[in-house]
Amino acid sequence: MADVNITAALIGGAMIGFASVILLAFHGRIAGVSGILDGIFSHRSKREKLWRFTFVLGIVVGAHLYTFLRGTPPMQLQAERIPLLLAGLLVGFGTKLGSGCTSGHGVCGLARRSKRSLVETLTFMIVAMITVYLRRHISY
Amino acid sequence: MSIFIAGVLFGFGLSLGKMTDPTRVVAFLDVTGRWDATLLFVMGGALGVTLPLFPLVTRLGQPFIADRFYFPSNIRVDGRVVAGAIIFGVGWGVAGFCPGPALASLSTGSPAVIMFVVMMVVGQWLAGVLDRLFFPSNR
Repeated sequence: MADVNITAALIGGAMIGFASVILLAFHGRIAGVSGILDGIFSHRSKREKLWRFTFVLGIVVGAHLYTFLRGTPPMQLQAERIPLLLAGLLVGFGTKLGSGCTSGHGVCGLARRSKRSLVETLTFMIVAMITVYLRRHISY
Repeated sequence: MSIFIAGVLFGFGLSLGKMTDPTRVVAFLDVTGRWDATLLFVMGGALGVTLPLFPLVTRLGQPFIADRFYFPSNIRVDGRVVAGAIIFGVGWGVAGFCPGPALASLSTGSPAVIMFVVMMVVGQWLAGVLDRLFFPSNR
């Protein structure tokens, strides 16, 4: 087992949770990052594009603020360039097809007791675990 | 303004929870290796807030500054959502980035992360195009 800063993880998670509650309570929106990102490009309405862009900008600024206050967090890529880019394509394609990702289905959908989100979350978790197993522990 | 603050909280939380580091995420997914439970605690922290508060918020009947709650209209568990989850799962396992942390990591200015995000948007666009091509009745 690796070393885990449980307190930081719980507080970081709670911040994500409160961000989702704010978005829902004030704007009636689900904090699903993949859908919000997609809407910036796929939505026709300027209003829709604007709030979505504002949220995404907030995420980047929030990460910046962390770096400013506590130093650059470690970020080490886990794939070579080509697999990384193909993975990006799959993440985009899959989240659009499945209408959500870790935040929309995992954090918000589960909180709404959605069976669809539960199926989605369990499926992508298990598939990702199998993927890592194949890449790390099976030599090819 | 509250949308921006929510975004900032979200991005800061991801960084604090170390979810912006694909090493941590892949180590969580690596259940037969040196397992790292960080993601589990981040998810737990988030659900610890949303599980009790979401039902309270929806009981308000209406959000504070919007006309209604915008919940997904399609709640069916179908092949589409499972297929999407499988494709997403493979990408997530390879890269260790899901959409939130990928966007947060844009703050590092890493060209690889920028390209990853661009590819994500291309993937979403592609899924939208194919969707309209094969299932025009859904629109």
